[in-house]
Amino acid sequence: MTHTDPIAYVDYLDLSGDPQLISQACTQCDAQFFDRRNACASCSATSFVDKPVDRTGRISSFTIVSGPQPYVSAIVDCAGVYVPATIINIAPDAEHVRLAMTVKLTTYSAGRDANGREAIGYAFEPMPEQ
Amino acid sequence: MSDPIWIIGSNMTKFGKHPDLDVLDLASSASLAALEDCSMTMANVDVLAVGNLMNAAGSVGQQLQKQIGQTGIPVFNVANACATGATALRVAIMAIQAGQAEVGMAVGVEKLSGMGLLSGPPEAPRGDTWEPRGRLGALGPTEGHVGTDIMPGVFAQIGMEYGHKYGEVSFDLFARISEKNHAHSTLNPLAAYQKQFTLDEIKNDVMIAYPNTRPMCSGNVDGAAAMIVVSNERKQKLPADVQRRAVKIAASVLTSDPYEPGCQVLPDINTLTRNAAKQAYEAAGIGPEDLDLVELHDCFATAELVHYDNLMLCEPGEAVSFFESGAPWRDGALPVNVSGGLQSKGHPIAATGIANIHEIVTHLRDEAGDRQIEGARVGLAHVIGLGSACGVHILERAS
Ligand SMILES: [Zn+2]
Repeated sequence: MTHTDPIAYVDYLDLSGDPQLISQACTQCDAQFFDRRNACASCSATSFVDKPVDRTGRISSFTIVSGPQPYVSAIVDCAGVYVPATIINIAPDAEHVRLAMTVKLTTYSAGRDANGREAIGYAFEPMPEQ
Repeated sequence: MSDPIWIIGSNMTKFGKHPDLDVLDLASSASLAALEDCSMTMANVDVLAVGNLMNAAGSVGQQLQKQIGQTGIPVFNVANACATGATALRVAIMAIQAGQAEVGMAVGVEKLSGMGLLSGPPEAPRGDTWEPRGRLGALGPTEGHVGTDIMPGVFAQIGMEYGHKYGEVSFDLFARISEKNHAHSTLNPLAAYQKQFTLDEIKNDVMIAYPNTRPMCSGNVDGAAAMIVVSNERKQKLPADVQRRAVKIAASVLTSDPYEPGCQVLPDINTLTRNAAKQAYEAAGIGPEDLDLVELHDCFATAELVHYDNLMLCEPGEAVSFFESGAPWRDGALPVNVSGGLQSKGHPIAATGIANIHEIVTHLRDEAGDRQIEGARVGLAHVIGLGSACGVHILERAS
Protein backbone atom coordinates (compact mmCIF):
# COMPACT_ATOMS: atom_id res chain seq x y z
CA MET A 1 0.00 0.00 0.00
CA THR A 2 1.32 3.44 -0.83
CA HIS A 3 0.33 6.70 0.72
CA THR A 4 -1.63 7.44 -2.41
CA ASP A 5 -4.10 4.61 -1.80
CA PRO A 6 -7.42 6.10 -0.74
CA ILE A 7 -8.35 5.62 2.89
CA ALA A 8 -11.86 4.99 4.21
CA TYR A 9 -13.37 7.81 6.29
CA VAL A 10 -14.65 5.22 8.79
CA ASP A 11 -13.31 1.74 9.59
CA TYR A 12 -16.44 -0.08 8.54
CA LEU A 13 -16.28 1.12 4.95
CA ASP A 14 -14.38 -1.49 2.95
CA LEU A 15 -12.70 -0.13 -0.18
CA SER A 16 -10.78 -3.29 -1.11
CA GLY A 17 -13.22 -4.13 -3.89
CA ASP A 18 -16.57 -2.75 -4.84
CA PRO A 19 -17.16 -0.47 -1.82
CA GLN A 20 -19.27 -2.04 0.89
CA LEU A 21 -20.01 -1.65 4.57
CA ILE A 22 -18.80 -4.35 6.94
CA SER A 23 -20.40 -4.88 10.32
CA GLN A 24 -18.95 -6.73 13.27
CA ALA A 25 -21.40 -9.57 13.85
CA CYS A 26 -21.57 -11.31 17.19
CA THR A 27 -20.65 -14.98 16.69
CA GLN A 28 -23.20 -16.02 19.29
CA CYS A 29 -26.33 -13.96 18.52
CA ASP A 30 -25.52 -12.23 15.22
CA ALA A 31 -26.12 -8.70 16.60
CA GLN A 32 -24.27 -6.32 14.31
CA PHE A 33 -22.20 -3.28 15.21
CA PHE A 34 -20.22 -0.65 13.33
CA ASP A 35 -18.17 0.68 16.20
CA ARG A 36 -15.57 -1.32 18.10
CA ARG A 37 -17.16 -3.25 20.95
CA ASN A 38 -15.56 -4.99 23.91
CA ALA A 39 -18.43 -7.43 24.12
CA CYS A 40 -21.84 -7.84 22.56
CA ALA A 41 -24.50 -5.42 23.83
CA SER A 42 -27.12 -8.08 23.24
CA CYS A 43 -25.60 -11.26 24.70
CA SER A 44 -22.21 -10.25 26.16
CA ALA A 45 -20.23 -12.68 23.99
CA THR A 46 -16.79 -11.39 23.04
CA SER A 47 -16.10 -12.62 19.52
CA PHE A 48 -17.17 -10.97 16.30
CA VAL A 49 -16.83 -11.70 12.60
CA ASP A 50 -16.91 -9.38 9.61
CA LYS A 51 -20.23 -9.39 7.83
CA PRO A 52 -21.03 -7.46 4.65
CA VAL A 53 -24.10 -5.24 4.80
CA ASP A 54 -26.57 -5.09 1.92
CA ARG A 55 -25.77 -2.24 -0.45
CA THR A 56 -29.39 -1.22 -0.80
CA GLY A 57 -31.93 -0.34 1.84
CA ARG A 58 -34.94 1.76 2.71
CA ILE A 59 -35.02 5.03 4.59
CA SER A 60 -36.68 4.28 7.93
CA SER A 61 -36.19 7.78 9.27
CA PHE A 62 -34.66 11.05 8.19
CA THR A 63 -34.12 14.69 9.00
CA ILE A 64 -32.76 17.60 7.02
CA VAL A 65 -30.24 19.57 9.01
CA SER A 66 -30.42 23.27 8.17
CA GLY A 67 -27.41 25.47 7.58
CA PRO A 68 -25.51 27.09 4.74
CA GLN A 69 -25.26 23.61 3.22
CA PRO A 70 -28.27 21.62 4.39
CA TYR A 71 -27.80 17.88 4.49
CA VAL A 72 -30.06 14.87 4.73
CA SER A 73 -29.37 12.52 7.61
CA ALA A 74 -31.13 9.17 7.60
CA ILE A 75 -31.32 5.75 9.09
CA VAL A 76 -31.23 3.21 6.29
CA ASP A 77 -32.69 -0.22 6.93
CA CYS A 78 -30.44 -2.56 4.95
CA ALA A 79 -32.18 -5.92 5.29
CA GLY A 80 -32.59 -5.43 9.03
CA VAL A 81 -29.25 -3.75 9.68
CA TYR A 82 -29.74 -0.10 10.59
CA VAL A 83 -27.12 2.16 9.03
CA PRO A 84 -26.68 5.82 9.97
CA ALA A 85 -25.93 7.76 6.82
CA THR A 86 -26.01 10.99 4.92
CA ILE A 87 -28.13 10.88 1.76
CA ILE A 88 -26.50 12.60 -1.19
CA ASN A 89 -27.38 13.30 -4.81
CA ILE A 90 -30.83 14.42 -3.75
CA ALA A 91 -32.40 17.83 -3.17
CA PRO A 92 -32.36 18.38 0.61
CA ASP A 93 -36.05 19.04 1.03
CA ALA A 94 -39.10 17.10 2.18
CA GLU A 95 -40.53 16.97 -1.33
CA HIS A 96 -37.65 14.82 -2.50
CA VAL A 97 -36.66 12.84 0.57
CA ARG A 98 -39.33 10.39 1.62
CA LEU A 99 -39.77 7.74 4.25
CA ALA A 100 -39.46 4.20 2.87
CA MET A 101 -37.69 5.32 -0.29
CA THR A 102 -35.12 2.87 -1.59
CA VAL A 103 -31.51 4.02 -1.60
CA LYS A 104 -28.17 2.48 -2.46
CA LEU A 105 -24.68 2.76 -1.11
CA THR A 106 -22.31 5.18 -2.77
CA THR A 107 -19.04 6.90 -1.93
CA TYR A 108 -17.70 10.43 -2.14
CA SER A 109 -14.39 12.19 -1.70
CA ALA A 110 -13.93 13.57 1.81
CA GLY A 111 -10.80 15.50 0.85
CA ARG A 112 -7.05 14.94 0.76
CA ASP A 113 -4.41 15.17 3.46
CA ALA A 114 -0.96 16.82 3.33
CA ASN A 115 0.42 13.82 1.44
CA GLY A 116 -2.29 14.05 -1.16
CA ARG A 117 -3.98 10.95 0.12
CA GLU A 118 -7.69 10.92 -0.54
CA ALA A 119 -10.29 10.01 2.09
CA ILE A 120 -13.41 8.25 0.84
CA GLY A 121 -16.65 8.49 2.77
CA TYR A 122 -19.83 6.52 2.31
CA ALA A 123 -23.33 7.80 1.81
CA PHE A 124 -26.55 6.58 0.26
CA GLU A 125 -28.27 7.95 -2.84
CA PRO A 126 -31.63 7.41 -4.50
CA MET A 127 -31.90 4.46 -6.88
CA PRO A 128 -31.74 5.52 -10.53
CA GLU A 129 -35.15 5.92 -12.18
CA GLN A 130 -36.39 2.55 -13.40
CA MET B 1 -46.41 -3.45 49.39
CA SER B 2 -44.00 -1.11 51.14
CA ASP B 3 -45.08 2.15 52.72
CA PRO B 4 -45.39 5.07 50.33
CA ILE B 5 -42.94 7.95 50.21
CA TRP B 6 -44.28 11.50 50.16
CA ILE B 7 -43.29 14.76 48.56
CA ILE B 8 -43.76 17.44 51.20
CA GLY B 9 -41.72 20.34 49.83
CA SER B 10 -41.37 21.41 46.22
CA ASN B 11 -40.16 24.44 44.33
CA MET B 12 -38.80 25.58 41.01
CA THR B 13 -37.32 28.92 40.05
CA LYS B 14 -38.70 30.72 37.06
CA PHE B 15 -36.97 29.23 34.04
CA GLY B 16 -35.33 31.70 31.69
CA LYS B 17 -32.45 34.12 31.68
CA HIS B 18 -30.96 34.84 35.09
CA PRO B 19 -27.79 36.78 34.22
CA ASP B 20 -27.25 37.92 37.81
CA LEU B 21 -27.62 34.50 39.40
CA ASP B 22 -25.01 31.76 39.30
CA VAL B 23 -25.61 28.00 39.60
CA LEU B 24 -25.45 28.18 43.40
CA ASP B 25 -27.85 31.14 43.60
CA LEU B 26 -30.40 29.23 41.53
CA ALA B 27 -29.93 25.97 43.44
CA SER B 28 -30.07 27.78 46.79
CA SER B 29 -33.23 29.62 45.82
CA ALA B 30 -35.11 26.44 44.87
CA SER B 31 -33.70 24.45 47.82
CA LEU B 32 -34.50 27.01 50.51
CA ALA B 33 -37.97 27.54 49.08
CA ALA B 34 -38.62 23.78 49.00
CA LEU B 35 -37.57 23.56 52.66
CA GLU B 36 -39.76 26.52 53.58
CA ASP B 37 -42.61 24.90 51.68
CA CYS B 38 -42.68 22.11 54.29
CA SER B 39 -41.45 24.10 57.31
CA MET B 40 -38.12 22.29 57.42
CA THR B 41 -34.47 23.32 57.46
CA MET B 42 -31.28 21.61 56.34
CA ALA B 43 -30.98 20.31 59.90
CA ASN B 44 -33.92 17.98 59.12
CA VAL B 45 -32.46 16.59 55.90
CA ASP B 46 -30.74 13.18 56.07
CA VAL B 47 -29.56 12.82 52.48
CA LEU B 48 -28.94 15.20 49.58
CA ALA B 49 -28.84 14.33 45.86
CA VAL B 50 -27.85 17.05 43.41
CA GLY B 51 -27.59 17.19 39.64
CA ASN B 52 -25.88 19.81 37.50
CA LEU B 53 -24.86 18.31 34.19
CA MET B 54 -22.64 21.14 32.97
CA ASN B 55 -20.48 20.86 36.11
CA ALA B 56 -20.88 17.13 36.62
CA ALA B 57 -17.37 16.86 38.05
CA GLY B 58 -17.76 19.92 40.25
CA SER B 59 -19.29 18.47 43.45
CA VAL B 60 -22.10 20.99 43.16
CA GLY B 61 -23.93 19.24 46.02
CA GLN B 62 -21.17 20.14 48.46
CA GLN B 63 -20.94 23.65 47.01
CA LEU B 64 -24.66 24.02 47.60
CA GLN B 65 -24.29 22.87 51.22
CA LYS B 66 -21.82 25.71 51.78
CA GLN B 67 -24.58 28.13 50.78
CA ILE B 68 -27.53 26.62 52.63
CA GLY B 69 -26.17 24.44 55.42
CA GLN B 70 -23.24 22.07 55.91
CA THR B 71 -24.65 19.39 58.17
CA GLY B 72 -22.32 16.55 57.22
CA ILE B 73 -25.00 14.40 55.61
CA PRO B 74 -24.16 12.16 52.65
CA VAL B 75 -24.28 13.95 49.29
CA PHE B 76 -24.77 12.20 45.98
CA ASN B 77 -23.77 14.22 42.92
CA VAL B 78 -25.56 12.61 40.00
CA ALA B 79 -25.38 12.92 36.22
CA ASN B 80 -27.75 11.17 33.82
CA ALA B 81 -28.10 13.52 30.84
CA CYS B 82 -31.56 15.12 30.66
CA ALA B 83 -32.82 12.63 33.27
CA THR B 84 -30.37 13.98 35.85
CA GLY B 85 -33.02 15.68 38.02
CA ALA B 86 -35.27 12.63 38.11
CA THR B 87 -32.21 10.55 38.94
CA ALA B 88 -31.41 12.81 41.90
CA LEU B 89 -34.97 12.37 43.18
CA ARG B 90 -34.74 8.64 42.58
CA VAL B 91 -31.58 8.51 44.71
CA ALA B 92 -33.27 10.34 47.59
CA ILE B 93 -36.27 8.01 47.34
CA MET B 94 -34.08 4.90 47.29
CA ALA B 95 -32.20 6.10 50.37
CA ILE B 96 -35.52 6.36 52.21
CA GLN B 97 -36.72 3.00 50.86
CA ALA B 98 -33.48 1.44 52.05
CA GLY B 99 -34.10 2.74 55.54
CA GLN B 100 -30.98 4.92 55.40
CA ALA B 101 -32.85 8.21 55.63
CA GLU B 102 -36.21 9.63 56.68
CA VAL B 103 -35.96 12.96 54.90
CA GLY B 104 -34.32 13.40 51.52
CA MET B 105 -33.70 16.40 49.32
CA ALA B 106 -33.21 16.37 45.56
CA VAL B 107 -32.00 19.35 43.57
CA GLY B 108 -31.44 19.93 39.86
CA VAL B 109 -29.87 23.09 38.51
CA GLU B 110 -28.47 24.31 35.22
CA LYS B 111 -27.26 27.53 33.60
CA LEU B 112 -27.62 27.30 29.86
CA SER B 113 -28.79 30.72 28.71
CA GLY B 114 -26.99 31.87 25.64
CA MET B 115 -25.52 28.48 24.85
CA GLY B 116 -25.98 27.36 21.28
CA LEU B 117 -26.53 23.78 20.16
CA LEU B 118 -25.17 21.58 22.89
CA SER B 119 -22.61 19.01 21.87
CA GLY B 120 -19.84 17.00 23.46
CA PRO B 121 -16.37 18.30 24.25
CA PRO B 122 -14.51 19.65 21.21
CA GLU B 123 -12.36 17.16 19.36
CA ALA B 124 -8.62 17.31 19.92
CA PRO B 125 -6.86 18.91 16.94
CA ARG B 126 -5.92 16.56 14.14
CA GLY B 127 -2.64 16.38 12.27
CA ASP B 128 -2.20 17.14 8.59
CA THR B 129 -2.33 13.48 7.59
CA TRP B 130 -5.27 11.12 7.94
CA GLU B 131 -5.37 9.23 11.20
CA PRO B 132 -8.29 6.99 12.14
CA ARG B 133 -9.60 7.81 15.57
CA GLY B 134 -12.10 6.45 18.09
CA ARG B 135 -14.36 3.46 17.97
CA LEU B 136 -15.43 4.14 14.40
CA GLY B 137 -11.88 4.73 13.23
CA ALA B 138 -13.11 8.03 11.80
CA LEU B 139 -10.75 10.37 9.98
CA GLY B 140 -12.68 13.46 11.01
CA PRO B 141 -15.96 14.59 12.51
CA THR B 142 -18.90 12.31 11.76
CA GLU B 143 -21.46 15.15 11.71
CA GLY B 144 -22.68 15.54 8.14
CA HIS B 145 -20.52 12.60 7.02
CA VAL B 146 -22.39 9.85 8.84
CA GLY B 147 -25.79 11.49 9.23
CA THR B 148 -26.26 13.75 12.23
CA ASP B 149 -25.73 13.74 15.96
CA ILE B 150 -27.19 17.16 16.74
CA MET B 151 -30.11 16.87 19.13
CA PRO B 152 -32.81 18.55 16.98
CA GLY B 153 -31.80 16.20 14.17
CA VAL B 154 -31.68 13.07 16.29
CA PHE B 155 -35.12 13.78 17.75
CA ALA B 156 -36.47 14.73 14.34
CA GLN B 157 -35.43 11.28 13.15
CA ILE B 158 -37.12 9.71 16.17
CA GLY B 159 -40.42 11.40 15.25
CA MET B 160 -40.09 10.52 11.58
CA GLU B 161 -39.33 6.91 12.51
CA TYR B 162 -42.73 6.77 14.20
CA GLY B 163 -44.25 7.85 10.89
CA HIS B 164 -42.38 5.14 9.06
CA LYS B 165 -43.66 2.55 11.51
CA TYR B 166 -47.27 3.63 11.79
CA GLY B 167 -48.06 6.00 8.93
CA GLU B 168 -49.12 9.60 8.70
CA VAL B 169 -46.86 12.06 10.40
CA SER B 170 -46.30 15.46 8.88
CA PHE B 171 -44.60 18.79 9.42
CA ASP B 172 -48.04 20.23 10.08
CA LEU B 173 -48.82 17.64 12.77
CA PHE B 174 -45.60 18.25 14.68
CA ALA B 175 -46.10 22.02 14.41
CA ARG B 176 -49.59 21.68 15.90
CA ILE B 177 -48.17 19.78 18.88
CA SER B 178 -45.89 22.73 19.44
CA GLU B 179 -48.82 25.14 19.00
CA LYS B 180 -50.58 23.34 21.88
CA ASN B 181 -47.66 23.63 24.28
CA HIS B 182 -47.01 27.28 23.48
CA ALA B 183 -50.71 28.00 24.02
CA HIS B 184 -50.53 26.24 27.40
CA SER B 185 -47.48 28.28 28.40
CA THR B 186 -49.44 31.53 28.46
CA LEU B 187 -50.88 30.40 31.81
CA ASN B 188 -47.55 29.46 33.37
CA PRO B 189 -45.61 32.37 34.86
CA LEU B 190 -42.62 30.08 35.50
CA ALA B 191 -42.15 29.31 31.79
CA ALA B 192 -39.26 31.01 30.02
CA TYR B 193 -41.46 31.81 27.03
CA GLN B 194 -45.14 32.62 27.50
CA LYS B 195 -45.83 33.57 23.92
CA GLN B 196 -48.69 32.06 22.00
CA PHE B 197 -47.72 31.17 18.43
CA THR B 198 -50.02 30.68 15.49
CA LEU B 199 -49.51 27.54 13.47
CA ASP B 200 -48.12 29.61 10.60
CA GLU B 201 -45.68 31.38 12.89
CA ILE B 202 -44.36 28.01 14.07
CA LYS B 203 -44.09 26.58 10.56
CA ASN B 204 -42.50 29.68 9.08
CA ASP B 205 -39.93 30.15 11.83
CA VAL B 206 -36.30 29.17 11.31
CA MET B 207 -35.97 25.51 10.37
CA ILE B 208 -33.40 23.81 12.62
CA ALA B 209 -33.70 20.18 11.54
CA TYR B 210 -36.75 19.19 9.52
CA PRO B 211 -39.45 18.95 10.76
CA ASN B 212 -38.36 20.85 13.89
CA THR B 213 -38.39 24.64 13.56
CA ARG B 214 -37.05 26.84 16.35
CA PRO B 215 -40.25 27.07 18.45
CA MET B 216 -40.52 23.29 18.22
CA CYS B 217 -37.20 22.93 20.08
CA SER B 218 -36.71 23.33 23.83
CA GLY B 219 -34.68 26.38 24.71
CA ASN B 220 -31.42 26.59 26.62
CA VAL B 221 -32.36 28.46 29.77
CA ASP B 222 -31.33 28.81 33.41
CA GLY B 223 -33.28 27.28 36.23
CA ALA B 224 -33.40 25.07 39.29
CA ALA B 225 -35.92 22.84 41.01
CA ALA B 226 -35.83 21.12 44.39
CA MET B 227 -37.94 18.65 46.27
CA ILE B 228 -38.17 17.30 49.83
CA VAL B 229 -39.31 13.69 50.26
CA VAL B 230 -40.08 11.81 53.48
CA SER B 231 -40.87 8.32 54.65
CA ASN B 232 -44.47 7.42 55.51
CA GLU B 233 -43.59 7.16 59.18
CA ARG B 234 -41.99 10.59 59.22
CA LYS B 235 -44.89 12.12 57.34
CA GLN B 236 -47.31 11.02 60.02
CA LYS B 237 -45.38 13.04 62.60
CA LEU B 238 -45.49 16.26 60.60
CA PRO B 239 -47.81 19.20 61.26
CA ALA B 240 -51.32 18.84 59.84
CA ASP B 241 -50.89 21.61 57.27
CA VAL B 242 -47.75 19.91 55.89
CA GLN B 243 -49.49 16.54 55.75
CA ARG B 244 -52.49 18.04 54.02
CA ARG B 245 -50.33 19.28 51.13
CA ALA B 246 -48.23 16.11 50.93
CA VAL B 247 -48.30 14.28 47.61
CA LYS B 248 -47.92 10.53 47.47
CA ILE B 249 -45.27 9.00 45.22
CA ALA B 250 -47.27 6.07 43.86
CA ALA B 251 -44.40 4.98 41.63
CA SER B 252 -40.81 6.02 41.00
CA VAL B 253 -39.02 4.21 38.20
CA LEU B 254 -35.74 4.66 36.38
CA THR B 255 -34.82 2.55 33.33
CA SER B 256 -32.08 2.33 30.71
CA ASP B 257 -32.08 0.92 27.18
CA PRO B 258 -32.41 -2.80 26.77
CA TYR B 259 -30.57 -4.01 23.66
CA GLU B 260 -32.38 -3.24 20.41
CA PRO B 261 -30.72 -3.47 17.00
CA GLY B 262 -31.90 0.01 16.00
CA CYS B 263 -30.67 1.77 19.12
CA GLN B 264 -27.07 1.06 18.23
CA VAL B 265 -27.26 3.82 15.62
CA LEU B 266 -30.31 5.96 16.54
CA PRO B 267 -31.19 6.39 20.21
CA ASP B 268 -34.27 4.37 21.06
CA ILE B 269 -36.27 6.55 23.43
CA ASN B 270 -39.29 4.28 23.06
CA THR B 271 -38.46 0.92 24.60
CA LEU B 272 -37.09 2.23 27.87
CA THR B 273 -39.96 4.71 28.24
CA ARG B 274 -42.52 1.97 27.65
CA ASN B 275 -40.69 -0.25 30.14
CA ALA B 276 -40.62 2.53 32.73
CA ALA B 277 -44.32 3.29 32.20
CA LYS B 278 -45.28 -0.37 32.52
CA GLN B 279 -43.31 -0.74 35.74
CA ALA B 280 -44.76 2.49 37.13
CA TYR B 281 -48.39 1.62 36.35
CA GLU B 282 -47.89 -1.77 37.92
CA ALA B 283 -46.22 -0.40 41.05
CA ALA B 284 -48.90 2.27 41.45
CA GLY B 285 -51.81 -0.01 40.69
CA ILE B 286 -52.93 2.78 38.37
CA GLY B 287 -53.53 2.67 34.64
CA PRO B 288 -53.15 5.40 32.04
CA GLU B 289 -56.96 5.77 32.07
CA ASP B 290 -56.72 6.96 35.70
CA LEU B 291 -54.40 9.88 34.93
CA ASP B 292 -55.66 13.45 35.17
CA LEU B 293 -52.57 15.06 33.66
CA VAL B 294 -49.17 14.18 32.24
CA GLU B 295 -45.93 16.13 31.96
CA LEU B 296 -43.76 14.40 29.38
CA HIS B 297 -40.35 15.12 27.92
CA ASP B 298 -41.09 17.21 24.83
CA CYS B 299 -37.51 18.32 24.26
CA PHE B 300 -38.66 18.62 20.63
CA ALA B 301 -42.16 18.52 19.15
CA THR B 302 -41.22 15.28 17.40
CA ALA B 303 -40.53 13.64 20.77
CA GLU B 304 -43.90 14.47 22.31
CA LEU B 305 -45.75 12.41 19.70
CA VAL B 306 -43.88 9.16 20.34
CA HIS B 307 -44.29 9.45 24.10
CA TYR B 308 -48.11 9.49 23.85
CA ASP B 309 -47.63 5.96 22.64
CA ASN B 310 -44.71 5.00 24.89
CA LEU B 311 -46.57 6.10 28.03
CA MET B 312 -49.60 4.15 26.78
CA LEU B 313 -51.83 7.22 26.73
CA CYS B 314 -53.20 5.68 23.52
CA GLU B 315 -53.25 2.28 21.85
CA PRO B 316 -49.97 1.25 20.14
CA GLY B 317 -49.59 3.13 16.86
CA GLU B 318 -52.42 5.55 17.68
CA ALA B 319 -50.42 8.60 18.82
CA VAL B 320 -51.51 10.69 15.84
CA SER B 321 -55.22 10.07 16.40
CA PHE B 322 -54.72 10.65 20.14
CA PHE B 323 -53.39 14.10 19.34
CA GLU B 324 -56.01 14.74 16.65
CA SER B 325 -58.77 13.91 19.16
CA GLY B 326 -57.77 16.98 21.17
CA ALA B 327 -57.06 14.82 24.23
CA PRO B 328 -53.70 16.37 25.17
CA TRP B 329 -54.98 19.97 25.16
CA ARG B 330 -55.64 21.36 28.64
CA ASP B 331 -59.41 21.06 28.11
CA GLY B 332 -59.06 17.61 26.55
CA ALA B 333 -59.53 14.12 27.93
CA LEU B 334 -55.93 13.79 29.15
CA PRO B 335 -54.04 17.10 29.32
CA VAL B 336 -50.36 16.78 28.41
CA ASN B 337 -47.79 19.45 29.24
CA VAL B 338 -50.12 22.07 30.64
CA SER B 339 -46.96 23.76 31.94
CA GLY B 340 -46.15 24.62 28.32
CA GLY B 341 -43.70 21.76 28.12
CA LEU B 342 -40.01 22.11 27.50
CA GLN B 343 -40.70 23.91 24.22
CA SER B 344 -42.07 26.90 26.18
CA LYS B 345 -40.80 26.41 29.70
CA GLY B 346 -37.23 25.86 28.54
CA HIS B 347 -34.95 22.96 29.35
CA PRO B 348 -32.30 23.65 32.02
CA ILE B 349 -31.19 20.05 31.72
CA ALA B 350 -30.66 18.84 35.29
CA ALA B 351 -33.59 20.89 36.63
CA THR B 352 -36.06 19.55 34.07
CA GLY B 353 -36.66 16.15 35.66
CA ILE B 354 -37.63 17.70 38.99
CA ALA B 355 -39.53 20.63 37.47
CA ASN B 356 -41.92 18.35 35.59
CA ILE B 357 -42.70 16.56 38.86
CA HIS B 358 -43.14 19.95 40.54
CA GLU B 359 -45.79 20.81 37.96
CA ILE B 360 -47.76 17.67 38.81
CA VAL B 361 -47.36 18.34 42.55
CA THR B 362 -48.71 21.85 42.08
CA HIS B 363 -51.88 20.59 40.38
CA LEU B 364 -52.42 17.80 42.90
CA ARG B 365 -52.25 20.44 45.64
CA ASP B 366 -54.79 22.60 43.81
CA GLU B 367 -52.23 25.39 43.71
CA ALA B 368 -51.73 25.84 39.96
CA GLY B 369 -53.81 29.01 39.75
CA ASP B 370 -55.05 29.87 36.27
CA ARG B 371 -53.68 26.70 34.76
CA GLN B 372 -55.10 24.36 37.42
CA ILE B 373 -56.53 21.14 36.04
CA GLU B 374 -59.70 21.03 38.11
CA GLY B 375 -59.96 18.14 40.52
CA ALA B 376 -56.64 16.59 39.51
CA ARG B 377 -55.96 13.54 41.68
CA VAL B 378 -53.35 11.54 39.77
CA GLY B 379 -50.54 12.67 37.49
CA LEU B 380 -47.54 11.25 35.69
CA ALA B 381 -44.19 12.95 35.07
CA HIS B 382 -41.77 11.60 32.48
CA VAL B 383 -38.25 12.57 31.53
CA ILE B 384 -35.66 11.08 29.27
CA GLY B 385 -31.94 11.58 28.84
CA LEU B 386 -30.13 10.21 25.82
CA GLY B 387 -27.84 7.36 26.41
CA SER B 388 -30.46 6.59 27.61
CA ALA B 389 -32.13 7.03 30.99
CA CYS B 390 -35.85 7.35 31.58
CA GLY B 391 -37.58 8.45 34.75
CA VAL B 392 -41.31 8.00 35.33
CA HIS B 393 -43.04 9.16 38.50
CA ILE B 394 -46.73 8.68 39.24
CA LEU B 395 -48.11 10.95 41.93
CA GLU B 396 -51.38 10.92 43.85
CA ARG B 397 -52.96 13.61 46.00
CA ALA B 398 -53.14 12.85 49.70
CA SER B 399 -56.90 12.80 50.16
ZN1 LIG C 1 -24.31 -11.33 20.87
